[in-house]
Amino acid sequence: MANLEIDFCGIKSPNPFWLASAPPANSAYQVQKAFEQGWGGAVWKTIGAPVLNVCNRYGTIDYKGQKVIGLNNVELISDRPIELNLREIKETKKNFPNHAVIVSVMVESKKEAWQEIVKQVEETGADGFELNFGCPHGMSERGMGSAMGQVPEYTCMVTEWVMEVATKPVIVKLTPNITDIVVPARAAVKGGASALSLINTINSIMGVDLDSFEIKPNVGGKGGHGGYAGHAVKPIALHLLSAVASDSEVQRARLPISGIGGVETWRDAVEFMLLGSTSVQVCTAVMKWGFRIVEDMIDGMSNWMDDKGFKTCDEFIGKSLPRISNFGDFDLGFQTVARINPDKCIHCNLCYIACNDAAHQCIDMKTMRVNGDMAATLQPVVREEDCVGCDLCSKVCPVDDCITMVPIDTGRPHITWNELTKKRPEVLQWDKMEEYRKEANIHIH
Amino acid sequence: MAEHYKPVKYKAWEMTLEERFQEYHPPLSDREAVLEANRCLYCHDAPCMVACPTHIDIPTFIRKIATENPKGSARTILEANLLGATCSRVCPVQELCEGACVMEHDHKPIMIGRLQRYAMDYAQQKNIKFFHQGKPNGYKVAVIGSGPAGLSCAGELAKLGFDVTCYEKNKMAGGLDTYGIVVFREPVEVSLAEVKMVEELGVKMKTGVTVGKDITFKEIVDSNDAVFVGVGLGSVPPMGIPGEDFEGVVDGLDFIAETKTEKLDTIKFGNRICVIGAGNTGIDCATIARRLGSERVTIVYRRSEAEMPAYHFEYLFALGEGVSFMFLTQPVEVVGANGKVEGLKCMRMDLGEPDQSGRRVAVPNPGSEFVIPCDMIITAIGQKKQSDVMNALNEFGVKATHNGYISVDPETNRTDNPKIFAGGDCIRSKGEASTVAAVQDGKIAAAAIHMQLVGIPSPNKKHIEPVLSPVV
Repeated sequence: MANLEIDFCGIKSPNPFWLASAPPANSAYQVQKAFEQGWGGAVWKTIGAPVLNVCNRYGTIDYKGQKVIGLNNVELISDRPIELNLREIKETKKNFPNHAVIVSVMVESKKEAWQEIVKQVEETGADGFELNFGCPHGMSERGMGSAMGQVPEYTCMVTEWVMEVATKPVIVKLTPNITDIVVPARAAVKGGASALSLINTINSIMGVDLDSFEIKPNVGGKGGHGGYAGHAVKPIALHLLSAVASDSEVQRARLPISGIGGVETWRDAVEFMLLGSTSVQVCTAVMKWGFRIVEDMIDGMSNWMDDKGFKTCDEFIGKSLPRISNFGDFDLGFQTVARINPDKCIHCNLCYIACNDAAHQCIDMKTMRVNGDMAATLQPVVREEDCVGCDLCSKVCPVDDCITMVPIDTGRPHITWNELTKKRPEVLQWDKMEEYRKEANIHIH
Repeated sequence: MAEHYKPVKYKAWEMTLEERFQEYHPPLSDREAVLEANRCLYCHDAPCMVACPTHIDIPTFIRKIATENPKGSARTILEANLLGATCSRVCPVQELCEGACVMEHDHKPIMIGRLQRYAMDYAQQKNIKFFHQGKPNGYKVAVIGSGPAGLSCAGELAKLGFDVTCYEKNKMAGGLDTYGIVVFREPVEVSLAEVKMVEELGVKMKTGVTVGKDITFKEIVDSNDAVFVGVGLGSVPPMGIPGEDFEGVVDGLDFIAETKTEKLDTIKFGNRICVIGAGNTGIDCATIARRLGSERVTIVYRRSEAEMPAYHFEYLFALGEGVSFMFLTQPVEVVGANGKVEGLKCMRMDLGEPDQSGRRVAVPNPGSEFVIPCDMIITAIGQKKQSDVMNALNEFGVKATHNGYISVDPETNRTDNPKIFAGGDCIRSKGEASTVAAVQDGKIAAAAIHMQLVGIPSPNKKHIEPVLSPVV
């Protein structure tokens, strides 16, 4: 069986699965129960500034019969007394010395306040810190959370304050609510951070009630933006993760990354790790199903590693990162066309209507005899010479492996946009572009 | 399964004999399985898990299908039930897990049985070995009978490091799973693969050995540290009516076994058949007969539809297969000529007062006799106890229940001889006999044998009872 242990900038963890700093990591009871069930680590729910919470803290997106595809919240950082939290952190680390216990912290933007809380946490024996520069609601209005994470100078400054006194690794948690996440990531690097984690939740309003006109979630008749999380945010998280993980400055500093955002299963976790996460943090899936999901996460990842021949996580962390590229570097000569397998086709004709209304009108309905059936049926058939290989038809097809995108060689040169525009800058003019297309055997109707 | 039962229009003339004996339910495709698995709510302390006699962690195995971890799913199943492949096919799921599913009331219950089969098929196709023989602990155990109870007990003991020898009187191991389940519900290969899995755990399988004849009970008891008896029940008892020794009167279990072991086109069957008894075995015989090609198959039962012991879904299945039922009809004589069956004389019955079992008794109507012309009569009126085994065990202090089954302590499945344990149909003095209950009997006995000989609880103990959250 594969070895799932990880070393996250010196923090050892029996596996890469950590509870994110969130309601499931609110108390010793919860964190220790999670460890007993297999979680490798936990980032304790943020401690720091005093807060008061409101009621109806959650809003969800339910999609066609599946509940909680996405979850948003307006809950604040820990509202439990700070002394109690510190005591419980100490007890948890003592009971689980081999698990990763990381403490999320957030205080007002004062050097003394940050350094004081860091010193207090150090006394608990916890393995490290996570600086919450991402909370997008409630705390941000008070100048904390994402208000700090959105200003790279603040991110750098506070990280520096913390690094002055911290003896344990410091993870900076980044907010996605910013135009370019690489900028605060670099600020954290500059401030001396030991590691990064991302993403925090995304600003969101979950919906409006059509009968009462109230905002979801509804806090006594009012509502506002909250932090969006859960499976729905995974693609956004993967993008931001890959942007940070492939950034040259982050790579040069060799900072490990803890990936967060929509991790629900072992498969999600593997994807985060292939894009450069050393550990993954989970909240929403636990909020929906409980800590027990970790058993399948461990089992599934371990089975996958065995199948692929990976003995340790290091062997695949970041493995897909070199494939992250830019549009300008894609091969313009890579051509595919759609092929529909008539034996598998169930004649829902979704491919036809998608192609006809939303793509390039290159699927025809032809009267055909299929499968030796004597009765002729209308069968969608791709006109390959007109197919642009957009892949929409195969995406809407409900049958596995019915429509396949087949690579073909049309004789187009294998060149990228960047190479082409460097070699022949004139193609930026339409008439020259047409000339090039003719030459390259590209016909667009 | 009733909810998902698709009555196919049975057109024998459009199917070959082999096709008619293919597994009735097709396997779920990957897509179907993942969609169905995602419908599961993944309940905590789930009622399905409690309802399963072997307490398989059903929500977990289904979630693993949903996350596309079928290997992990199969392990979750097999940890609780080594015969998960058979159970996925033969369990009366609507009476057990699916009947308890929280979606039962306002949604369709999750297809737990078919999802389980999906995971089991995956493990079988990939030939994945999940368990290994335990480190030898020096104790020897004999298992008599290789049906589901015996296989389960032998396999669990082998995992724990016991030196296990299993004695089976038939040519092939697997008991009723191999010989007694209709082939279109479970192909014989599924049962034999389970036998192989248990053998690969180090269990020595001695087939064709009848204990009491080829080897004495004394030899077995003396040379082992514990003995598990899982001999099941015997053949169908005689009806006690005149003419039942005519050629053409056959034992239902023998009839089913033939379709499991012989070439289908060599099986002799009548064209007009009466099946006596409306239990699940009777249904099996009748539906097999139809699929073999019998034109008129009639199940004759002395009580009414309400009292029939067959599961309701089996009854519906038989109706869909074109089997006709004659309720409140008591066979009184086999009519024949030249030693061969020519008909079944029956009497019309009426329902009287409830008997001890709560079912209303059938009261005869003298003078209402009539004859159903037929050329074959299949009897499926229950099974005899193995009285020779009971008598032999009696000498070792093993006691019988009032109705002739082996008496055991339900916590441990230990008989009155502390060295001898028992399980399966031979202890099922009350309640429904089933594969899954037999598997659990074997597990309970294995855990008890481990506790008794090794002195510490079996590490597999958590699978004996469902692990539920403490009530606070």
